[in-house]
Amino acid sequence: MIAILKIITAIGLLTFCFSSTSSAETIRCASTTSTQNSGFFEYILPLFEQDTSIKVHVIAVGTGAALALGKHGDVDVVIVHDKDSELKLVQNGFFIGRHDFMFNDFVIIGPQTDPAEVSGQKTAVEVMKIIYSKKAAFVSRGDDSGTHRKEMNIWKNASLTPDAKLDKWYMSVGQGMSKTIRIAAEKDAYTITDRGTWLAMKDKENLSLKILFEGDPSLFNQYGVMAVNPVKHKHAKFALAAKFIRWLTSVKGQKAIGNFENSHGNSLFIPNAQQEG
Amino acid sequence: MLQQAFSKAFTLILGIDQSLFEIVFLSLKVSGLALLIATIIGFAITIILELFKSPFKGITVTIINTFTGLPPVVVGLGLYIILSRSGPLGFLSLLYSPAAMVIAQVILAVPIVASVSHAAVSSTGNSVRQTALCLGATRFQAISAVLLDARYSLMASVINAFGRVMAEVGAVLIVGGNIAHYTRVMTTAIAMETDRGDFELAIALGIILLALSFCINLFFYSMQRKGAKR
Repeated sequence: MIAILKIITAIGLLTFCFSSTSSAETIRCASTTSTQNSGFFEYILPLFEQDTSIKVHVIAVGTGAALALGKHGDVDVVIVHDKDSELKLVQNGFFIGRHDFMFNDFVIIGPQTDPAEVSGQKTAVEVMKIIYSKKAAFVSRGDDSGTHRKEMNIWKNASLTPDAKLDKWYMSVGQGMSKTIRIAAEKDAYTITDRGTWLAMKDKENLSLKILFEGDPSLFNQYGVMAVNPVKHKHAKFALAAKFIRWLTSVKGQKAIGNFENSHGNSLFIPNAQQEG
Repeated sequence: MLQQAFSKAFTLILGIDQSLFEIVFLSLKVSGLALLIATIIGFAITIILELFKSPFKGITVTIINTFTGLPPVVVGLGLYIILSRSGPLGFLSLLYSPAAMVIAQVILAVPIVASVSHAAVSSTGNSVRQTALCLGATRFQAISAVLLDARYSLMASVINAFGRVMAEVGAVLIVGGNIAHYTRVMTTAIAMETDRGDFELAIALGIILLALSFCINLFFYSMQRKGAKR
């Protein structure tokens, strides 16, 4: 009995201690680790806050997890890069107000010596076919992230299904992009990465990898922003989320995105929101 | 690299880096509060176990001992499912707040406090209690005598739990979300900087975390010493 009383007092104390922090207008945004690691949010959010005095709390996880957080109603807005599943979730009523707003692209990187000789190929599908047939070491994110989904998509288009259990050359690591690249470097393996993470890492760490294939339209990486549907989750701060989306897709927001450079002076995202009216 | 990390740690401390102080302060606040609550609950469990010699005592102790090995990620995930808007306690809107992190750390720390303190009490408890009861003490007074006798070991249980909550990253990352200026603590910042490839900063933060733990343990130790001299 005493213990229960103490627990109740403790929870009261806890609520009291932290109640002061939840004032002001704040929304939660689930996004991907690669976006956060590029420094994009540290650059863009202060600009947005300056204009609207709305604070955005970013929770960085994989695309799959970010979409799940939105579906569960634990965030107000999501910024991810898997257009097909985004559109499906909009159709199912979990999200509304989806906009394309920026893009970059994926590249296939591998050992500088390119042991499987993939660099001259015309399409990403052909590259993956060669890696498969030569059993060249390949590291997969394996974490249901946007990048992982892109990789699976290419395998599907190549009509191939590498098996992490049977195919020793195919390593599914279940980790974030930068860790995956590091593993690829240590194992002299190929992998697929978004250009932003690669650029950021290449300059910072002395990696023995280089870009071996790029420029295929199928490697296009579209980022979308959408709000959690307040019909599904009453508490979702839709009005504020809509303001955020409107700002990101506005002329001013788009210009800011285009001006973003990471700490090594590389532009990482190209704005491409459709202007309304 | 280590050398660079050390010099970076010093510049961060000496330069009174504001964002560093923010996360250090939040780490201390969350872990301190969690430790306080866990200590109260853990000691309460020990007292209840000692007061009521129930037939389930053996199995209860075994369960508590098992829970000392709870994987933090599992605690984080379980708590996420409960605190999520779609979960049973979603209406409290505690997810992604420092309060959620405190709850996670309490869950991780309680078994350690209870397990170590119970072990301490049960090793000497019986004889002390028998003596106290023979001298005419009530059951409650006898328990107080047992706790007083075992106070250094009880302190050790708190120190143990402190080590766990300060070093923990899996659970607070899931229920806190590592939100900048809101739920980012030392350990989640270290994990993030590792991910970002800023190894020196990550190691520097690790050095600061260790130094901080050392200072706090020094304080615990001096308290124990002071108690022993009396």
